[in-house]
Amino acid sequence: MTQDNRPAIGFHDLTLGYDRHPAVHHITGKVDRGDLLALVGPNGAGKSTLLKGIIGQLKPLSGSLSLDGLERSDIAYLPQQIDIDRSFPITVFDSVSMGLWREIGTWRGLDRGLNHAVLDALAALGLQDLGKRSVGALSGGQFQRVLFARLLLQDAAIILLDEPFRAVDTKTVEDLLRLIGRWHREGRTVIAALHDLDQVRENFPKTLLLAREVVTWGPTKQVLTTKNLAKSRQLTEAWDEHAEICERGETGTARISA
Amino acid sequence: MIHALIDPFVEFAFMRRALVGCFALSLGAPPVGVFLVLRRLSLMGDAMSHAILPGAAIGFLVAGLSVPAMSLGGFIAGIAVVLLAGLVTRSTILREDASLAAFYLVSLALGVLIVSVKGSSIDLLHVLFGTVLALDDTALILIAAIATLTMATLAIIYRPLVLECFDPSFLASVSPLSSPTHFLFLVLVVMNLVGGFQALGTLMVVGIMLLPAITARFWAQDISKMIIVAVGAAFAASFIGLLLSYYANLPTGPAIILTSGAGYLISMLIGTQGGLLWQLMPRKHLEA
Repeated sequence: MTQDNRPAIGFHDLTLGYDRHPAVHHITGKVDRGDLLALVGPNGAGKSTLLKGIIGQLKPLSGSLSLDGLERSDIAYLPQQIDIDRSFPITVFDSVSMGLWREIGTWRGLDRGLNHAVLDALAALGLQDLGKRSVGALSGGQFQRVLFARLLLQDAAIILLDEPFRAVDTKTVEDLLRLIGRWHREGRTVIAALHDLDQVRENFPKTLLLAREVVTWGPTKQVLTTKNLAKSRQLTEAWDEHAEICERGETGTARISA
Repeated sequence: MIHALIDPFVEFAFMRRALVGCFALSLGAPPVGVFLVLRRLSLMGDAMSHAILPGAAIGFLVAGLSVPAMSLGGFIAGIAVVLLAGLVTRSTILREDASLAAFYLVSLALGVLIVSVKGSSIDLLHVLFGTVLALDDTALILIAAIATLTMATLAIIYRPLVLECFDPSFLASVSPLSSPTHFLFLVLVVMNLVGGFQALGTLMVVGIMLLPAITARFWAQDISKMIIVAVGAAFAASFIGLLLSYYANLPTGPAIILTSGAGYLISMLIGTQGGLLWQLMPRKHLEA
């Protein structure tokens, strides 16, 4: 995958939320192609909402979002495990093979080549012996590997990860971080919502600090300062039933240039 | 022994027709039931079976005990309730189960009222509990057509439907098919309930949809196997239920559903996937 100077994703005074209450509002900025970006912020800061906005699951309350030269099908998304019904009777092989959606669509079968691709993805995540097992019988870490194997098959230009290391053991985190590093070297754009700041400092060159709006956005070292983190904790407020109508228009958000 | 199993169907055309009707129902309804169970929407199937009643009743008012009129009425009422409940869920604070409950309760009362105003209590019993031993050609063709259409549609939407149950966020991220799949699935639910109510009545048709599907959960680890087991269980319940009703002079619809219920109870005890006896039996654990 070659480097491209056009941004992968552009936010234009974007507000996303539920029932007129913004979860994140007035976001302006761009994610460059090939960025390895951490989304950081307290619970309720709007990280998951922003990712759901990017995949089109949530429509903007106002503002817009652009994918320059890319399409929604170029985006692969790792949802939080909580959004997935793990009691569903489906095998590891079948759930990983759904990563080939672009190739097989609604009803094409797997030919020999695609079958091998699934087996390779399973092997790459150390799941080669678990293909026939039901996903309900896996540990949290094993299931996260299944979701990463599915991402691997999606072969997408933009990869969105919603809390990818939640309840996952250290060994699995190391393996998955290696895979994320590989995606970054291949020139893919990776955005991950994360909580472990040390992990972000060590592995993610850029960070967007959110607290229902952009606190700061830029190189991780300059974003994750004590002052900025304290500010992010102050900004996150609970849903207010009696909130005033927001009159804010487009404003330049604090962005530190790389 | 074999004579006892076959003779009623050889001797009597109405038994053959009942068997064909129930087998056709058993091909379409249980696979739909499997998805209802897996999506934790079992009770929605029940609600929908009530929702078709006023439509069927209006069909009855207009054309008497006419299969096409009552089926069309039932189908329109079922789809209307699905759409209205969906609309209320999206535009108000009510969740889907609550808005469906509201609509089906109103529908049920309205249906019973309409039938009672015009017809006799026998007509009401016919609509509520069906007449599986009196299936005419039109009813059989309708049930068979619905079974065929259901299997074809399920084959086409199978993959997005599985994803919609298992990981809806992922489906939304790779395809715009999420909402159309959900709606088509609800149409299948309504269609099968309409097809089945001629045989088993609006109150019991949901039994042939859900009980085999719930039974299958105790035998299969994988959704495609679950569908096969559910269809097999529905076939068995239809055959045994009809024989029971013939020899013991029992009402046919309840006999079929009770047989299916017995299948569920047995499976709950001895089913290989989480059945009670397997869990109580002390067994040595494996290496890995």
